[in-house]
Amino acid sequence: MTTITHDIARDVPRSARIDWSPYLVGAGIGILSWIAFGLFGDPLGVTTAYSRIASLFATPFIGADAVAQNSYWKSMPLKWDYGVWFLVGIPFGAFVSAVLSGTWRLELVPEVWKERFGPSVTKRFIAAFAGGVVIMYGARLAGGCTSGHGISGGLQLALSSWLFLGVMFATGLVVSAVMFRKS
Amino acid sequence: MLAIFGALVMGAAFGFLLQRGKVTSCNVIENQFRLRDFTVLKVMGTAIVVGGIGVLLLVDTGNSKYYVKDANMLAVALGAALFGVGMVVYGYCPGTALGAIATGSVHALVGALGMVAGAILYALSFDWLKGHVLNVWALGKVRLPDLTGVPDAAWFIALAIGAGLFFWWVETSQPKRA
Repeated sequence: MTTITHDIARDVPRSARIDWSPYLVGAGIGILSWIAFGLFGDPLGVTTAYSRIASLFATPFIGADAVAQNSYWKSMPLKWDYGVWFLVGIPFGAFVSAVLSGTWRLELVPEVWKERFGPSVTKRFIAAFAGGVVIMYGARLAGGCTSGHGISGGLQLALSSWLFLGVMFATGLVVSAVMFRKS
Repeated sequence: MLAIFGALVMGAAFGFLLQRGKVTSCNVIENQFRLRDFTVLKVMGTAIVVGGIGVLLLVDTGNSKYYVKDANMLAVALGAALFGVGMVVYGYCPGTALGAIATGSVHALVGALGMVAGAILYALSFDWLKGHVLNVWALGKVRLPDLTGVPDAAWFIALAIGAGLFFWWVETSQPKRA
């Protein structure tokens, strides 16, 4: 694994590496949570707003009527609320950070994937799409993601969120061990 | 208008921090689950402890309230298991994926379309889930201090010490990287 990190380090010029401590970043997200709770009354989260937006994409496939009649989207209709704008802000901030640090780069197949499954872009795209389907279905079923459950729920000491964290990491470890086993 | 601006700034700050913390990198996330890089746990652990203590003070002083998600134990467990599968196959979680797209990750964008499909599938199966899964072991908006009788402060002291020891162990046992 050290070899992987070193390879990445070699590819990117020294000036173009991000070196913020993960603890500093974590503390920053923690402080962001204070503001989210205290000022906006809306904890950090992603997938609730994401599923509101998904109703837009559903219309061409199942029709506007079916979307309007759907009981889930009735309880969670598309509205341009705090959560949706928060969602829009995420790529914006990440883009600014990547450009400022010189770490913006086109990535079709990530290194870890390439090492195990080869350079095929098609293969990686199919896996990414399938993984995306499963992760969002799971997030909605659980009621949140790594942000909404993991961080916002975890810091509230919510039972649901700590169950989420435990099961999510345990499953991820098993799947990762199988997926990256030495063949 | 001001509310929109506030939300955008909060999202941008979150996205900025995620990118600076390297968790918008698929390699970093995959290597967390392979136990070769503990960046994800360092970021999340610190965020939970720092965020939690502040929010506890805000709630105790009447400046905020809790927004706890329902403990539908079966649905959360099943959903979290699917989430773990998806996170390893995709290499991102939903928030980091949105950040990654903006840093040039094309496969993150492909997966984001998959996430749209996943959200639509969930909406279409919602009625069935509501009657068969979401209502199983539904304990409501329960917090660990209420459930156990152990006060909030004790939880955070334990979490801080546990996280501190764990990170100390990680830092001393992992090879130093220049």
